[in-house]
Amino acid sequence: MARLVAIMKTTAARLSALYLILFAVCATFLVIYMTSLSARMLAVQTRDTINEEVRGLDRAYQRGGLPFLVRVIESRARQPGANLYLLADANGRILSGNVESLQPGILDVVGWTERPFTYSRFGEAETRLAAGREPPHEAMALVFRLPNQIIVLVGRDLGEPEQFRRVMQRALVVTLVIMCLGALLIWYFVGRRALKRIDRVSAASRRIMAGDLTRRLPVSGAGDEFDRLSENLNKMLDRISALNEGLRQVSDNIAHDLKTPLTRLRNRAEAALAGNQKASGYREALERNIAESDQLIRTFNAILMISRLEAGYSAEAVSTIDLRAIVADVVELYEPAAEEQGVKLEAGIVGPAELRGNRELIGQALSNIVDNAIKYSADANQAPRVGVTLEKTSGEIRLTVSDNGPGVPPEDRQRVTERFVRLEESRTQPGSGLGLSLAKAVMTFHGGHLAFADNDPGLAVTMVFPASALV
Amino acid sequence: MKILVIEDDREAADYLKNALSEAGHTADIARDGDSGFSMAETGSYDIYVVDRMLPRRDGLSIIAELRGTGNDTPALILSALGEVDDRVTGLRAGGDDYLTKPYAFSELLARIEVLKRRAGAKEIETVYHVGDLELDRLSHAVRRAGQEIILQPREFRLLEYMMRHAGQVVTRTMLLENVWDYHFDPQTNVIDVHISRLRGKIEKGFDKPLLHTVRGAGYMLKD
Repeated sequence: MARLVAIMKTTAARLSALYLILFAVCATFLVIYMTSLSARMLAVQTRDTINEEVRGLDRAYQRGGLPFLVRVIESRARQPGANLYLLADANGRILSGNVESLQPGILDVVGWTERPFTYSRFGEAETRLAAGREPPHEAMALVFRLPNQIIVLVGRDLGEPEQFRRVMQRALVVTLVIMCLGALLIWYFVGRRALKRIDRVSAASRRIMAGDLTRRLPVSGAGDEFDRLSENLNKMLDRISALNEGLRQVSDNIAHDLKTPLTRLRNRAEAALAGNQKASGYREALERNIAESDQLIRTFNAILMISRLEAGYSAEAVSTIDLRAIVADVVELYEPAAEEQGVKLEAGIVGPAELRGNRELIGQALSNIVDNAIKYSADANQAPRVGVTLEKTSGEIRLTVSDNGPGVPPEDRQRVTERFVRLEESRTQPGSGLGLSLAKAVMTFHGGHLAFADNDPGLAVTMVFPASALV
Repeated sequence: MKILVIEDDREAADYLKNALSEAGHTADIARDGDSGFSMAETGSYDIYVVDRMLPRRDGLSIIAELRGTGNDTPALILSALGEVDDRVTGLRAGGDDYLTKPYAFSELLARIEVLKRRAGAKEIETVYHVGDLELDRLSHAVRRAGQEIILQPREFRLLEYMMRHAGQVVTRTMLLENVWDYHFDPQTNVIDVHISRLRGKIEKGFDKPLLHTVRGAGYMLKD
């Protein structure tokens, strides 16, 4: 019983039951409708036949009077499968015909009998009594009176429509049984096969919820809706674990790289309090602490921004922008600072490059890269120079910042975009180590990536925007 | 200047009140959104400093409702949310400026004074004067003591902004926001170099310095 309840709780069982009821109601209605329609048609046919008979008898009476009529009736009544014929006097005594007895009162009313009546033919009464089972025949008839008060009845047995109705009923039963079997089969296939897959999916998701985050939902390879659902859910899980991983990295980074400056901050304050300082000593300690806090805030903002970018921004943050204008802005912004460090900063631009993106973010990413390039090219062997070029190829826009500084060895090139990675040689340069990570996050947000190449000498960093970002 | 500070953190609010009064302003404090709104509605203030996340009622809805009733007292939004789209929603709600926490008080003070001045000066002059320096916004001409000074377009905009806010402290981020229209932190001293270039052009050959560095805050153009 409990098992049955469990089965009824499945969607397949419910759907099968629902369809079964729906189709059964339809089939029953159809059979009833067809039966009544056919019965009505049969009745009309019967009446037509009887009317025809009556007209024949009438003609016979006109031609030869009562004796001829009696003869005609006698002869017709003897034919096999004949209709019912009856001739009775005004008192209802049967004079002629093939009817031995009939339901009383039928002959009293002239015209069509209102409902089927029972009767028996000649010689049948005895056999029926002997058999004891056979039900009396039913018939419908037309009754009329001749001018001499003789009653004539012409009728037709209703055995045929009765039989028809029985056939129909049997058909209905058969249909219903077949439908029940069909419903069971549907339940078996839909319920057992398809729903078993859903069960597998929910079992897998339970295990994932229990903490096994590396697990994925089963994909059967059939490529159907269930597979698509599983694939999408798997992609969602991948995204969630990527975000999770990002979050974990952020907390690790905060632990490692923010604790150090915080410790310095605290130590400096403590040292200032401990010694017997002059006012200028306190002042200096406080000023250095403010500078350190500013750097901390900067680092913290960068970390938050990278996480926000990785988590995805709202679509509202994106509009149509011209990369050329951003390049011009950034070059113009950094040019005096570059000049001060003896670095020549040049922009080589070809044509407008409009794309869907965020001006602020791209501006910031580009200035981080330019800032780096200026810093590192300053210790170049030749005359230091940084070039910013914008190329538009068939599928992408490439915004390249190249310097002629010491460059980055190929094995380190991917590592430089990791958070807080500062190559040993650059430890002496100021910076949080987040500039390129932020640039990379900005590119990922725009569906592109950062590419590193050798500028021989120096490094070329390219912001690659995909064709999909183009306007 | 009379300032309404709507800020729920007691320590931050008290610090602001003291620092503002030291700078010569009076500040009233509201500690939640509801009382902040009713104080803004009933009192008369020169400026509102509104924290974005407040108990009972958030800062943006206060500003939006005040703007809806025709109150256009300048409002500066303080927020821990400092991303690009946060700033946009803040300004769209009717805020006049947006400052991300944590902030330097000098930055806040500079921005408040600029906002106040902007609200006061409805008409924008076409020619600015600071001492013997003059800038014509229509003809794009800059002269000092009658002598013409040639500036690059960006230098012109930089000087124009400084002259419009002559006598007020302008911070590096304010310059980056208003002259370059970017809101990020440029890490290195890029703005300082622009300023020193400009300074070279407007002060070279003249005795009196006009463009002053305000230690720990920014710059000020004054006679």
